[in-house]
Amino acid sequence: MAVLSVGYYLFSNTLANLARQNIATGFGFLHKEAAFEIGESLISYSAADSYTTALLVGLLNTLKVSLIGIIITVILGTFVGIARLSTNWLVAKLAAIYIEVLQDIPVLLQLFFWYALFYQFFPSPRQALHPFNGLFLSNRGLVFAVPQYHPAHAFMLAALFVAGIVIFFLRRWATKRQAETGRIFPLFRTSLLLIIILPLITWALAGAPTAMNSPTLRGFNFSGGLNVSPEFMALLLGLVLYTSAFVAEIVRAGIQSVSQGQTEAAMSVGLKPGQILNLVILPQALRVIIPPLTSQLLNLTKNSSLAVAIGFPDFVAVANTTINQTGQAIEGIAMIMAVYLIISLTTSVFMNWYNNRSRLIER
Amino acid sequence: MAVIINLEENQNLKPPISDIGVIGWIRANLFNSWHNSIITLTVIYLLLQVIPPFVNWAFINSCWTTTSAECHKSSGACWSIIHANYRFIIFGFYPPAEQWRPLIAMLILFSLLIVSRNRNWWSKYLMFTWMAGILIMGFLMRGGAFGLTSVDSAQWGGLPLTLILSVFGLTAAYPLGVILALGRQSRLPVIKSLTVIYIEMIRGVPLISMLFMSAIIFPLFLPEGVTINKILRAQVAIIMFTAAYVAEVVRGGLQAMPNGQYEAADSLGLNYYQTMRLIILPQALKIVIPPTVSILISAFKDTSLVVIIALYDVLKTTQSTLSNPKWMGFSTEAYLFVAMIYFICCYFMSTWSRRLEKDLDTGR
Repeated sequence: MAVLSVGYYLFSNTLANLARQNIATGFGFLHKEAAFEIGESLISYSAADSYTTALLVGLLNTLKVSLIGIIITVILGTFVGIARLSTNWLVAKLAAIYIEVLQDIPVLLQLFFWYALFYQFFPSPRQALHPFNGLFLSNRGLVFAVPQYHPAHAFMLAALFVAGIVIFFLRRWATKRQAETGRIFPLFRTSLLLIIILPLITWALAGAPTAMNSPTLRGFNFSGGLNVSPEFMALLLGLVLYTSAFVAEIVRAGIQSVSQGQTEAAMSVGLKPGQILNLVILPQALRVIIPPLTSQLLNLTKNSSLAVAIGFPDFVAVANTTINQTGQAIEGIAMIMAVYLIISLTTSVFMNWYNNRSRLIER
Repeated sequence: MAVIINLEENQNLKPPISDIGVIGWIRANLFNSWHNSIITLTVIYLLLQVIPPFVNWAFINSCWTTTSAECHKSSGACWSIIHANYRFIIFGFYPPAEQWRPLIAMLILFSLLIVSRNRNWWSKYLMFTWMAGILIMGFLMRGGAFGLTSVDSAQWGGLPLTLILSVFGLTAAYPLGVILALGRQSRLPVIKSLTVIYIEMIRGVPLISMLFMSAIIFPLFLPEGVTINKILRAQVAIIMFTAAYVAEVVRGGLQAMPNGQYEAADSLGLNYYQTMRLIILPQALKIVIPPTVSILISAFKDTSLVVIIALYDVLKTTQSTLSNPKWMGFSTEAYLFVAMIYFICCYFMSTWSRRLEKDLDTGR
């Protein structure tokens, strides 16, 4: 009863305040014209589009930076985590410094640092750094050449897909044969070969198109090629460096959780170092690594909301502009929260599924 | 006979010079296999590429106490930006004549933290000292009595603000987190589901959305004419956010308690509150001290997000220094300085937490 009356009091206050400031309620504003430009977008967008489209652009940008960030973070974090355990003193110490320093500096400060660095030290597009053909680095971002679109690319993608299917069946056959005869099939090398060779053959058959869409300097900026903005680079760099330090610690702890005896037993069975890592250590370490890794990767996704501070148009930044224009703060913030909640929940569901799967292998 | 003497002589032989001392250490740790040798040489080469130019920039060619005009001429780092602006960076808009007050408040906080490092001194008196310390700190910041001029909290800023937000944030979030953790264990479905929803919701959204809420939505809830200070609103958002994380950590401690503890308490005839207060919580909270310290560390780092709602914490004061045309373009130096402040504080706390973890581990 008390809760209800307090709730009613707050609710009536809110309505009175909204009415006084002439702010509409409800999600009707989503269909109105957004009337602001967005710096970078994965889908076509102009200021004449609706708020819904603008928010979708923001959401896609959030997903883009999170996905790319997660992939690089996992690779870099694993690398540093293994380096931390290296028998090479120099490498181990450098990895320790990397972990300690990057963990202890707030991620927002790191974002500001990289962003300022990009603006201060990189030249204007006219004097862009040009380390090799087709790549320019300036304070407008990184521009590099991409292949000109050609129908062959679609076929190459199909070939890659076919390679995937072939590998899937090859793997089943190899496992079966190994179980029956004990003969080991070099699966990894064959798969790698298939992934490279099949698209290459398709490319050659389609007439080997080599036309590139290279960036050229026009006026004060580049046209053509693929442009990575400094905001995106700073955001990605900051998020990846910060989170990879945590991931490295998790990987180190995971590897150390597998007892030395396991390695020694595997060695005495005659496995090679690569096999020991793949067949003995990783399957056991992953079980320790995955739960904390999930929460770190979710942290990365949530921290990508700091993009608003350096002007990268992620979901929070677009929603913030929307709030400022329409004044509908409650709806805007509810949407921000809902989006991140959905991302978090989906990721945890997926990671739980993966976690269960990797647990099932245990017998 | 001769053979035996030879053996004895061999036993007295020292190990070869290449296996001991500096050379032995280098061989064992840097060149113990051909690929490690390659890695070592590559890393040394890279370090030689990076470190000398950095030392040149940071120390040899740098300016320390010059004006900004001289800085622009020099090729090295311009630490003068710190020298010229450190008071603003550290204290924000706090009246310059009164800046000894936040300084003393910070010193009190640091000395309390240093005293609390030693676990032998943990006692009720220390807790009372902490409470007294916090009151004195609040009084020093606020003023308004005993001849101290009153300083409105809108003028608080810089490092004291960062410390207040994180230390007070955790202090207030801790009891709330414990209550939430107990609620999550509750047998009453309403309380349990409410706490679960709260904890999972807060943990699923970024802190920045909570700060936006405190900055934009919260004023809408209040009746006309009533305003609540901006810092206090941000503080409430940080407390609500941190409490959810504390709750998860405490839940870990509660789950680690063996069932026998509850049963023993039941058989003594203790009721729920007595069981929790006397038996379960003292043990559970002790286990979770190290993860609580890591929450303190992340709360400390997370306070930097108040920049986004334009509170003048130590990061924001640095940024406003950089927007001064005189000092524009020296962001690397300024950010490195602030990074160092954060690093020193966090490093201090994380080493302490690691040592504590070791101490507590042997105790059990």
